[in-house]
Amino acid sequence: MIKKVVYAIFGAIIVLALAMFFAAYPFGKNKMAVGEYYLNHGIEQTGAANIVTSVVLDYRGFDTLGEVSVLFGAAAGVAILFFLAKEGRREERENLTKPNFVVKVGSRIIFPFILLFGTYIFIHGHLTPGGGFQGGSIIASGFLLLYLSYPGTRVKRSGLSVLEGLAGLTFVCLGLYGLLTPESSFLYNFLPKGQLNMLVSAGILPIIYIAIGFKVASEFAGIVDDMMCQVICRGGEK
Amino acid sequence: MIFVSWVLIILMVVLAIVSIELKNLIAAVVAMGGVSLIISFLFLLLQAPDVAMAEASIGAALTTAIYIIGVRQTERSEKND
Repeated sequence: MIKKVVYAIFGAIIVLALAMFFAAYPFGKNKMAVGEYYLNHGIEQTGAANIVTSVVLDYRGFDTLGEVSVLFGAAAGVAILFFLAKEGRREERENLTKPNFVVKVGSRIIFPFILLFGTYIFIHGHLTPGGGFQGGSIIASGFLLLYLSYPGTRVKRSGLSVLEGLAGLTFVCLGLYGLLTPESSFLYNFLPKGQLNMLVSAGILPIIYIAIGFKVASEFAGIVDDMMCQVICRGGEK
Repeated sequence: MIFVSWVLIILMVVLAIVSIELKNLIAAVVAMGGVSLIISFLFLLLQAPDVAMAEASIGAALTTAIYIIGVRQTERSEKND
């Protein structure tokens, strides 16, 4: 009973605080001055047609580096968890139902198109909606389809690790090179902006997004590989 | 447009409740993937295609698959307590 009263009081305080907070802003008004600035100056300052990309990679590029490293930490955590689990109990799993003919042939036809679509999305990240994270996760879902329709396929883990490391290195090196330019700021866009709406434009932004695309794709593919291996791989098989 | 988004929102809430109430965990996970898919449609209607793509590929595809793999490793249906 006392607990419920305490909860009710806490709830009332939170609702009141939120109401007071939002009452300070008139309804429907734009409360983000910084968003206004990005919309007005984003295109001329970064040269990217997609404003979201100019915010994610240029104005907030350092945050994106943090985001990528968080994702790396998560993938490494999953890998460690399953590596430790592999040491322990390793009983035979129940027989998996074999994927049927339609699933097999269909996924074989559609898999290259998924790869192509993901690649398109992260190469055109500075022009059209989408970018490295979206394209990378689409590619990884293509690999998931492959794993589901052909049980027993394994992606080469060493190749994934090399790809992931190279992509991360590209990102950090581009950022560090910005320190050597006269502006000397991390992730400074030192390449020429080029013409708006062209594939080669916006300086280093497309290069960073391609690197992020490869990194995210290989990380998610690694997670999928770990998870599916837990289901499919028999003991002793590597 | 507003009518479409209302229909989608109601469908999303119904699917969310269904995914809590179902005892069959695989079906619950699929309902949760449906919630993610509808959220991505709503993002698209709200003119945020970047977020919609991320939600559709991560929320609806990868997360659902990982949950299904997790359910396969444990119990398939929830026990009554």
